[in-house]
Amino acid sequence: MSTVSPSADLTRQTAANLATAIASREVSAVEVTRAHLDRIEAVDADVHAFLHVSGEQALAAAAAVDESLQRGEAPASPLAGVPLALKDIVVQQGVPTTAGSKILEGWLPPYDATVTQRLVAAGIVILGKTNLDEFAMGSSTENSAYGPTRNPWDLTRIPGGSGGGSAAALAAFEAPLAIGTDTGGSIRQPASVTGTVGAKPTYGGVSRYGVIALASSLDQVGPCARTVLDTAMLHEVIAGHDPRDSTSIPQPAPNVVDAVRRGQSDGVAGMRIGIVKQLGGDGYQAGVSESFAQAVATLTAAGAEIVEVDCPHFEYGLAAYYLILPSECSSNLARFDAMRYGLRVEQRPDGTLIESAEQVMAATRGQGFGAEVKRRIMLGTYALSAGYYDAYYGSAQKVRTLIRQDFERAYEQADVLISPSSPVTAFAIGEKVDDPMAMYLNDLATIPGSLAGIPAMSVPSGIASDTGLPVGLQIMGPALGELPMYRVAAAFEAAYLAEHGTLVPDLAPALEGAK
Amino acid sequence: MIDFDEALELFDPVMGLEVHVELGTATKMFCGCPNAFGSAPNTQVCPVCLALPGAMPTVNAQAVEFATLIGLALNCEIAQLCRFSRKNYFYPDMPKNFQTSQYDEPIASNGHLDVDLGDGEIFRVEIERAHMEEDTGKSTHVGGLTGRIHGAEYSLLDYNRAGVPLVEIVTKPIVGTGKSAPVVARAYVAALRDLLLTLGVSDVRMDQGSLRCDVNLSLMRKDAGEFGTRTETKNVNSLRSVERAARHEISRQAGILEAGGTIVLETRHFDETTGTTSSGRPKETAEDYRYFPEPDLVPVVPDREWVEKLRAGLPELPWLRRARLQRDWGFTDLEMRDLVAADGVVLVEKTVAAGATPAEARSWWNAYLGQRANERGVTLTELPITPEQVAAVSALVRDGALNAKLARQVIDGVLAGEGEPQDVIAARGLAVVSDDAALQTAVDEALAAQPAIAEKIRSGKLQAVGAVVGAVMKATRGQADAGRVRELVLTTLGVEG
Repeated sequence: MSTVSPSADLTRQTAANLATAIASREVSAVEVTRAHLDRIEAVDADVHAFLHVSGEQALAAAAAVDESLQRGEAPASPLAGVPLALKDIVVQQGVPTTAGSKILEGWLPPYDATVTQRLVAAGIVILGKTNLDEFAMGSSTENSAYGPTRNPWDLTRIPGGSGGGSAAALAAFEAPLAIGTDTGGSIRQPASVTGTVGAKPTYGGVSRYGVIALASSLDQVGPCARTVLDTAMLHEVIAGHDPRDSTSIPQPAPNVVDAVRRGQSDGVAGMRIGIVKQLGGDGYQAGVSESFAQAVATLTAAGAEIVEVDCPHFEYGLAAYYLILPSECSSNLARFDAMRYGLRVEQRPDGTLIESAEQVMAATRGQGFGAEVKRRIMLGTYALSAGYYDAYYGSAQKVRTLIRQDFERAYEQADVLISPSSPVTAFAIGEKVDDPMAMYLNDLATIPGSLAGIPAMSVPSGIASDTGLPVGLQIMGPALGELPMYRVAAAFEAAYLAEHGTLVPDLAPALEGAK
Repeated sequence: MIDFDEALELFDPVMGLEVHVELGTATKMFCGCPNAFGSAPNTQVCPVCLALPGAMPTVNAQAVEFATLIGLALNCEIAQLCRFSRKNYFYPDMPKNFQTSQYDEPIASNGHLDVDLGDGEIFRVEIERAHMEEDTGKSTHVGGLTGRIHGAEYSLLDYNRAGVPLVEIVTKPIVGTGKSAPVVARAYVAALRDLLLTLGVSDVRMDQGSLRCDVNLSLMRKDAGEFGTRTETKNVNSLRSVERAARHEISRQAGILEAGGTIVLETRHFDETTGTTSSGRPKETAEDYRYFPEPDLVPVVPDREWVEKLRAGLPELPWLRRARLQRDWGFTDLEMRDLVAADGVVLVEKTVAAGATPAEARSWWNAYLGQRANERGVTLTELPITPEQVAAVSALVRDGALNAKLARQVIDGVLAGEGEPQDVIAARGLAVVSDDAALQTAVDEALAAQPAIAEKIRSGKLQAVGAVVGAVMKATRGQADAGRVRELVLTTLGVEG
């Protein structure tokens, strides 16, 4: 394993390498943290990946790791001392958490999410909270009430969404690790368009306790990084059963780091990899399709058997998703009512006092929520209403079952399935804001996996020849099939490195001047 | 309004009773906060019951057990799998702005409760369902005249009660009661209260809101065969009020219908002081709660073996227990009913266990102590005397150490806080005088004082003995054993008894 020389740019290192160097005290966690805080200072005005930077807390946490190592204690985890960017939808005690919404401006959570607790216990240094589409609704991070995040590959372009802040922080070398949440693709699509890695574990694989809910039956926390190994290492820190989350899988975290090592050493020889007929073709950018074909060729060359699988119900996935998600979010977001925390609007625009509790609630929600949030609350309220439940929500749940069955049949023929992660590379900021349907189509490839609750991840698969921007390869495992998924991801990454001599994420060009 | 009896000549009442029970679990329904009544506002709260962003519920296993016990005791089917749903509506004291409740998949359904109407008649109330849900917080509206939100200057919110586990027990429409409807309503809630107390799942304090009843009532014109429009009288909080509310609604609705009017589907409030109901919220359009399955909770799947174990371990139900005790004790129906009405069954049981005969125990509690309790305006259990003390006094009477009159004085001493029966006897000098020498002196004195009577007795007029015995009793301040005195009088006069 390579180590880090003191002169090297600490922000260009993998988390695995940084952790090794910190554990062997070649470099201190404080130095690593300071380097990343400096990088944030230098580039984040352009990128706007962060909504809040916890500089002092991060340095204190790093110092604690260094002191513990100085005392001769074993590192708290294989990632002890490594900095991380936390999506601002995961609560951290005493640190502002907004979920990208004005309605939570200034709120200081009085408690830690389980994920936060696990990160802290692992000695991971939390640098701050990253930007996102308001309440994780969006595919471009343009819906953040605090302004958009920009793609480090091209600052005029979106970094994907909703986890654009986390993905951009990785691509801009502001952090080597990040936490995302994925409801319909919010980890995978940003990873795809920023040339980074992001994994959505099996539904229930990581506790949602303390993660502000968008759609409870779809939300999943997951690890993000610039390499598959780093992603797997972070995965092991945050995954595993949590008694405070009833939907959490009552099993220990899967040993995905071992699966990565296996992929690096053994490749994909003998594995069957399925290409989903419905996830490609029309609606997919030429450069994306071309990159995907190359990825298939790479995997074939690495010894995989490629099969085509038919998932006929995927075409209804987007429609089902956009009934289930708004339904659940209309209910989940009802708690933001000005009574206990966050914004409270007590006056009308003309300065007169609002008299009743119901009107305070309405005024606060009217002012505190953005357009996309309101759109989805309205849709969900409608879809759940008495006369329409069966026609909309009920039917969507049936489609969900059919999609799950499509996957089950597909996994009879293949160990994992692959597709492009996103139908297009990063588009321009402002290009799709006025066209919600066009925006929703960005999650076409990721939504079926979300509806089925299976694990899925995006790994960089090169640069699109038509736009010069990163393309992501989506790898989907069967339920609880994180091991084959990570194995294929690691094997693909290794093959790509062997072919090209460098990994995609090392290339993000827009901020070179800022170094 | 028309007269109640007149109303029932024209209409058949149809009732639906919905009873909310706060479960006496250690912690709340979906979090680990203490489930305690009366704490300082907002001290029993956490991220989950305050619905802070990110917080998630987990199901309280003890609450599931209590709900299952209730279902089993009500002869319900226990669901193989049941789910929680969200009932969505906005209200300031409901932290999530949805209530986590059970909707179309309750834990228990299709049962019945046999209710004793008090005159020995048993009426079977069919149970539709019993489901689990959580309570809301509590608003206090300050500054208005009525204590209601309307007209208040501001409201205070206490979330201690938010998330307290509830079971809602819903009857099927109760028909065929005729003019017994109000009595059936009261007897049903009383029987339920008894049952829940016996199961140990709730403290069933109606005054503290841990048991609340909604009385739904409609009238059906005789021979019409069609249910009328109902009203829902909410949160009636005493047994007496349940009966009065039903009675009032029958008269009120009958009056409206007879005058050619129509009943409005609405909620109503019951006024304790006037015994009348008043209009609350009209339900012109059905409320749309947008129920859907709670995605944050996995379904509850009661293990069948566990359910059967609970069924086998059910305590003896109160009415079966009463029947058994009545048989064991040999009480008449009337005696038993009086005892039940006075809440004296457990006291008698304990007194018998402490050595008294059932007749002794019943006589003390139902007669003498009942009177004392009435005088003090308290219930039997609130009297400062224990079943053990009552049993001790009974034993002394049986042994001849006390006569009835002395025994009552001993009991009064105990009630007055003078200590144990023995302490009262010693302090007040109440023991029966059974010392023959002392009694002989008293007898001699009485005979000497009344020579004419002594002569009558000698001549065989034995009924005159009573006067001498009375004089002796008087002289000994009632502490003599009257039987023994009689013997001594006869012996002294040389007369055969």
